[in-house]
Amino acid sequence: MNHFNPGALDILWLPLVPLIVVAVGAVVVLLAGVRVSDDDSEGLGWIALAFLGAALLFTLPLIGQSSSTAFAGAIAIDNYAAYFEITVILTAAVTVLMSLEYAPDFRLAGAEYYSLLLFAALGMMLMAAAGDLIVIFLGLETMSIAVYVLSGLMRQDPRSNEAAMKYFVLGAFSTGFLLYGIALVYGATDTIKLGPIAAALAGAKGGSPLLLAGLGLLLVGFGFKVAAVPFHMWTPDVYEGAPTPVTAFMAVGIKLGAFAAFLRIFLVYFGAAATHWNQVLWVIAALTMTTGNLVALVQGNIKRMLAYSAIAHAGYVLVGMTAAGAQAGSAVLFYLLAYAFTNLGAFSVVAALERRGERRDAIADYRGLALSHPGLAALMVVFLLSLTGVPPLAGFVGKFYVFSAALNAGYVWLTIIAVLNSVVSAYYYLSVVVVMYMTEGEARPIAVQAQPGMVAALALSLIGTVMIGVYPGPYMGAASSAFKSALSHTQVSSRQLKLRG
Amino acid sequence: MTAWLFGFLATLALVSALGVILQRNPVHSLMALIVTLLVTAVFFIALGAVTIGFLQAIIYAGAIMVLFLFVIWLLNIQAEEREAGHLALKSFGALAAAALVAELLAIAGRAPAPEAAVKPSPAYGTIATLAAALFSHYLIAFEATSLLLLVAIVGAVALARRMPRRRSTAASPAAASVSATGQDVSAPEVSRRAASA
Repeated sequence: MNHFNPGALDILWLPLVPLIVVAVGAVVVLLAGVRVSDDDSEGLGWIALAFLGAALLFTLPLIGQSSSTAFAGAIAIDNYAAYFEITVILTAAVTVLMSLEYAPDFRLAGAEYYSLLLFAALGMMLMAAAGDLIVIFLGLETMSIAVYVLSGLMRQDPRSNEAAMKYFVLGAFSTGFLLYGIALVYGATDTIKLGPIAAALAGAKGGSPLLLAGLGLLLVGFGFKVAAVPFHMWTPDVYEGAPTPVTAFMAVGIKLGAFAAFLRIFLVYFGAAATHWNQVLWVIAALTMTTGNLVALVQGNIKRMLAYSAIAHAGYVLVGMTAAGAQAGSAVLFYLLAYAFTNLGAFSVVAALERRGERRDAIADYRGLALSHPGLAALMVVFLLSLTGVPPLAGFVGKFYVFSAALNAGYVWLTIIAVLNSVVSAYYYLSVVVVMYMTEGEARPIAVQAQPGMVAALALSLIGTVMIGVYPGPYMGAASSAFKSALSHTQVSSRQLKLRG
Repeated sequence: MTAWLFGFLATLALVSALGVILQRNPVHSLMALIVTLLVTAVFFIALGAVTIGFLQAIIYAGAIMVLFLFVIWLLNIQAEEREAGHLALKSFGALAAAALVAELLAIAGRAPAPEAAVKPSPAYGTIATLAAALFSHYLIAFEATSLLLLVAIVGAVALARRMPRRRSTAASPAAASVSATGQDVSAPEVSRRAASA
């Protein structure tokens, strides 16, 4: 490597165009916002939306290409990356739509808000497309730092300050774990590329304590980001304190980004050596589901309740990861998509009911909502039912696929725990429905006007939730082809190794 | 590097390192730290890692130390007044230090003689090699890092700039124009928070 030899490099900018568009969008929003007051940031939101739309268009040509890598293995080009990129772009777009009225209403600094939102989305997309540990780490940090700031943008609200502070300190701590894990893995295998690391894990070095310790630390680092028990302590406070659209973005986007990298590392590349990690994951999955659901039962604040519900859903995803294998991988990818739309919808309803200086996020605030705002109440019912897993909504199909994958892989007890947890979760989801429909009198009367951004966000979430639930075929097909395309990387690299060896 | 030069520099490094912890005035400690860092930079250069040596001098001895100095001035730290300290704490510290020294001696006593140093290739550690690596194999990491730094700057400004409710007159033009409007504060809602916790 003494001489610079550009001919030997596989520099391919085309697969990165969606990421570049999002990055340019973030900078453009920042520059356009210089002279925009915080009360008037809606235009910036539309600019952000335009760039997200363009990024979505540029993602479409990437679908269906054969799996390959670029930039000396730093970037993976496959359906898997495209699948997560599209989901992340949609999530960011719904979040922007949700914020069009919310951000000026709460006087969030518009330019920084939309710019950081786009930067966070960029980080998530980078994690989805990353092929080595350094790029995964950089994507994770870009996403995390942007979201630390986003959660503290309501600077006059002490809850928001607390959220940002807690999230930053604990997040930095967890990043330390991840980075230390990467360092140990590098020390044990002499590479940061996922393919050779997987080969080392499957080979003679597989049992090396250094490598296993590195894997353990990686598990802890990702556990923090996806809010798995026992690394979940920050979740409720941060979700409660952050501005509601940011909470939605955290609950969905961060999970998408973190799981994209988590699944690619563990399920795709280390899947052949699953015996090294899936017993640990079994325990974490069971703990995450059970803790999330049990603690959610006693919450009086809807954002805290949804935070614990998000923890529980991370647990269901981990059930799929524990099962390992192609069926489980596709099921988990599908589950994340279904979860994204459903959760975005639920948080949109929460955001729609909030007004400046008056956060209406106690569950008691939803009393009599069915009479005062029948439309919003009905939407909330749909999203809560989907989160519970009632057919024919997206949440049901997602759970069905994940649980049957776990059963097929022989994890009977884990599946039983998961199903019991779903039953428990029905109690707290449906108690919100009871509060909305069967309790008399409105707690604090409010007038919610139909605002175009919020209506669009709700409509998109509703369409996603219902369509995926009623007609899951194409989405499941996309998920399974995405997972297969990621798997084909490992087959190529092991074939190459055999040829060389 | 000749032996006497190494001895001289090593002594200088150790003495200045001791100076860092023995000085009472924080500014004096800082000066001693700069000497330590510069001597380390000389070691790097003598070992063939020219780029790292210069980076060490520019970034650590230069930029980071200036930052330290600013913090010391900002906090207006005076010369430390020596306190008696807790006896248990002190003895624990002494014990821990003694254990560390014993460990080091034991390892040094058993370690095999160092192998003859391998002369690195002339290109090793040069800016050209570093640049070639950064702009080829680690191109994406390099670009992503620059974006990451941009995000951190934007975030820090977003959180640290003047609260919008005060009419900002002396703030930077960008901050002033964005936050030119008045702001009514949302009530802290402390009571509701306590109820929902």
